[in-house]
Amino acid sequence: MRPLAELEAIFDAPMQDGDVQASARNLLAASEEVLEHWITAHGHEPTNDTREGFRLLALHRQGTTGDPSFNACRETCREIAYYFNLITMQPENSDITDRLYMMGMVSRHLYLFISGKLQVAELGEFCCSSRPIRSKPGHDSTTHKEA
Amino acid sequence: MPSSWRLQSKTWLPKGFEMSTTKDKYKKVAYYPGCALEGTGHAYNRSTKAVGKKLGLDLVEVENWNCCGAMEVKNIDPKIQTYLSSRVMSTAANEMDMDVVMAPCNGCYHNLKKAEYDLANDDESVAVVDKLSQKAGHKTYESGQVETIHALDWIKDTIGEEGLKARVKNSLEGIKVANYYGCMYTRPRHIFPEKDQGPGSESTSKPHFMDDLLAAAGAENVDFPLKTACCGGAHTLSDSDTSTKLVLNILKAAKMSGADVIATECPTCHSGLEMHQIRAEKVFGEKVEMKILYFTQLLGMALGLKPRKVGVHENVSDSIQFLKEKGLA
Repeated sequence: MRPLAELEAIFDAPMQDGDVQASARNLLAASEEVLEHWITAHGHEPTNDTREGFRLLALHRQGTTGDPSFNACRETCREIAYYFNLITMQPENSDITDRLYMMGMVSRHLYLFISGKLQVAELGEFCCSSRPIRSKPGHDSTTHKEA
Repeated sequence: MPSSWRLQSKTWLPKGFEMSTTKDKYKKVAYYPGCALEGTGHAYNRSTKAVGKKLGLDLVEVENWNCCGAMEVKNIDPKIQTYLSSRVMSTAANEMDMDVVMAPCNGCYHNLKKAEYDLANDDESVAVVDKLSQKAGHKTYESGQVETIHALDWIKDTIGEEGLKARVKNSLEGIKVANYYGCMYTRPRHIFPEKDQGPGSESTSKPHFMDDLLAAAGAENVDFPLKTACCGGAHTLSDSDTSTKLVLNILKAAKMSGADVIATECPTCHSGLEMHQIRAEKVFGEKVEMKILYFTQLLGMALGLKPRKVGVHENVSDSIQFLKEKGLA
């Protein structure tokens, strides 16, 4: 698992030696590593399973367990898989370079989302499916006076 | 929370809710603008009202409405948020005799839907809401008394694409749009029982209502892979740099998709896209010139309203010259 800063450099410049196919594989691998960072930071061993043919989607699923706000990057992961399929299954397409750069941007979004969440995890969740700060058993919402 | 909560989540429908194909009841709705539409999202408020008037749809503002609980309250104590949202629905149902609440803000829409879900599935939430409602001196909201919809549902289900096409005065032809839905319009999936119901319903993974409406008004929707990606809106205060980078990525992806404009349907996303566009240049030296317009502003102009009438002058990104070139101003 490469350091996050090293992965960021890949997303910033996704094309490697003019080889689009190899670059797409590298982007997919780097995206998986970003998810590995999240899973490892939460004390788990990253899975080697696949979902719908992609380890990336299995890793996302693993990362979501117990943290519903992580679902906010589900479509981002699926878009990365979609662009990977476009690039590898239509290698002669005239838009292939644009598709690689778009895959790079979507992968970069995943990186920014997860690295941001890793940095501010201690502040609590401020997200679409957030986990409440006060969720302890026995807490009474109708009587407490202070936040 | 009952142990059956998860089992229910995929098939849950609130008591009294019926999947309907005719949405005449949406023609007169209780309008819940929420706090953002009175501040940074004022242009959204203005354009929603103007479009409603132009389309002959009736908006009756919820009397003495309160905050929905937004993200701050929800993250401290989610049951207080459930109560705050329930009060808005209680007012609409019990004091205004309305059965539909329309919330254009994604945050409000999401929170009212979440409250509805909690009150249908969580006895503890019901007890807290009942106790707080009694303390506050109003009737307790009961799940199923109202249906909460978004502004996209409101226009799509009452007027529809064909109805819009028939009313277009200034086509949006030649305008390439990246439709940005943000995160709260579709997540989490289980609080939106009406979505993912097959043809005609909205999709939580690939939302398309905004695409459909703007295409009906003549716009060309580009293939935009980040339409539901996080804009970092909620992190703006705690981690501004990450928010700016997320927005910058969205702007660049929209540009690469060939878009002239990003259309929005959430005041938080909209102001984030506008403000961080400026911040990106100041902090990171990266300039991406992208016009950001609410979908209601684009629809309003397509229906013949002047840019000022739909609050284009209130936006931060300057679209006037572009709109003039396209014959809309």
